[in-house]
Amino acid sequence: MIEVKDLYKEFSGIPVLKGVSTTFEKGKTSMIIGQSGSGKTVFLKCLLGLHIPEKGEICFDGRKHTELTIKTKRQLRKEIGMVFQGGALYDSLTVEENIMFPLKMFTKNSYSEMLNRVNFVLDRVNLVNANKKFPAEISGGMQKRVAIARAIVMNPKYLFCDEPNSGLDPNTATLIDNLIQEITKEYDMITVINSHDMNSVMEIGEKIVFLKDGVKAWEGTNKEIFKTENEAIVNFVYSSNLFRKVREAYLNETNQ
Amino acid sequence: MNYLEHIGKYFIMLKQVFKKPQKWSVFKETLFREIEDLGLKSLGIIMFISFFVGGVVAIQTALNVDSPFIPKYLIGFATKRSMILEFAPTFMSVILAGKVGSYISSSIGTMRVTEQIDALEVMGINSLNYLVLPKIIATLFFYPILIVLAMFLGIYGGYIAGLLTGRFFSEDYIYGIQLDFDPYFIKYALIKTLVFAFVIATIPAYHGYYVKGGSLEVGRASTQAVVWTSVVIILLNYFLTQMLLG
Repeated sequence: MIEVKDLYKEFSGIPVLKGVSTTFEKGKTSMIIGQSGSGKTVFLKCLLGLHIPEKGEICFDGRKHTELTIKTKRQLRKEIGMVFQGGALYDSLTVEENIMFPLKMFTKNSYSEMLNRVNFVLDRVNLVNANKKFPAEISGGMQKRVAIARAIVMNPKYLFCDEPNSGLDPNTATLIDNLIQEITKEYDMITVINSHDMNSVMEIGEKIVFLKDGVKAWEGTNKEIFKTENEAIVNFVYSSNLFRKVREAYLNETNQ
Repeated sequence: MNYLEHIGKYFIMLKQVFKKPQKWSVFKETLFREIEDLGLKSLGIIMFISFFVGGVVAIQTALNVDSPFIPKYLIGFATKRSMILEFAPTFMSVILAGKVGSYISSSIGTMRVTEQIDALEVMGINSLNYLVLPKIIATLFFYPILIVLAMFLGIYGGYIAGLLTGRFFSEDYIYGIQLDFDPYFIKYALIKTLVFAFVIATIPAYHGYYVKGGSLEVGRASTQAVVWTSVVIILLNYFLTQMLLG
């Protein structure tokens, strides 16, 4: 379990996170949502250790992030997989080399063992015949799959995704969502996704944390989000006609 | 941010750079790639420029030495001294600051803005050590070779210029380049080269690594990197010359 207690982060005196507390559980796909500038990315970067919070605690299965030594922090990071918004694939390396990179860095496996593992994860994300291609030669959806493959190649305990389906067509976005959810269940990982995409939230958000102006304004599941009367999240999620109608239909159906 | 803050941040960066590589096999692989990118790919431009600079120095010296009381072998002597002491180590380093400096700064800067550096950090990799140390070793190893080659080609360029223009005899030129040869000058040039090589690898890396924003900022950082690397090379050249020859 990841426990976040009273997380506070500011930049040049301007607070971005104002005491956020929540938990993320194993085998569940948790989502952080909120408007642009609400502190989602900063929150995720604090979890990843890329930003050091001014106050608060982050515990990874009982290990307090703030109390870790450099060595143990590095060890913890090996247990983390991250899918960045743009993929963050290394341009100068092929798809195969990108995925093999963490294995080369942290294992003593032979080349053939590493290649087997690379092919296994590529197969898992349904990507074939792309091993020797460079990131610039493949589509956005394929890049996201490679990023997911690289994130899971070390069998991480924790998977973080920053807007994994931004810029993708609805079909590919759904495929990526389903893939992340399947992998989460399969490897019993703690998955935390930062997203704007309400389709993803409704589809795979087993836990949703809504941030508003650096504060946790609501927390619940994708089922509860239909029933909530919380004004902040209702205004955010149901800002479009389509979602308002979906909500009405859902509520009518459950009331009958 | 003031200059002192930049200088402090630069030295803090160096502290992170000079750590033991996490995996020697990966370091070796990266090092060879950097030698190719930063060294071998600069070979052509350095050969071309040094050859023609040597030719121009010889012709200009010949044009200025038209008194019958000044021996013609001074053309070879002056060309040799200019190439070894200044043109090869300093002039070529400024050229490399432009070519290699902008490459280092923009490639690291692009990695920063596309979150590739964050990806390294998340994996538990010391990104500064992984990205910058191989560049420093590659430049320290390869630039002395490039500069010695530039010295040779510059002097040879002067010889060819004499042959083609007929402004001086090749016998005089060869006598001039052999005259009063002091091996310490080569040592001096190589010491300067090593210092400049370090500067060429680290200042652009600093500008690229700490860039914030998007592609426009990467471009700006690249320009800044070339400007500051050149300024530091020129200043260090002055101090090193005073220290080593003064």
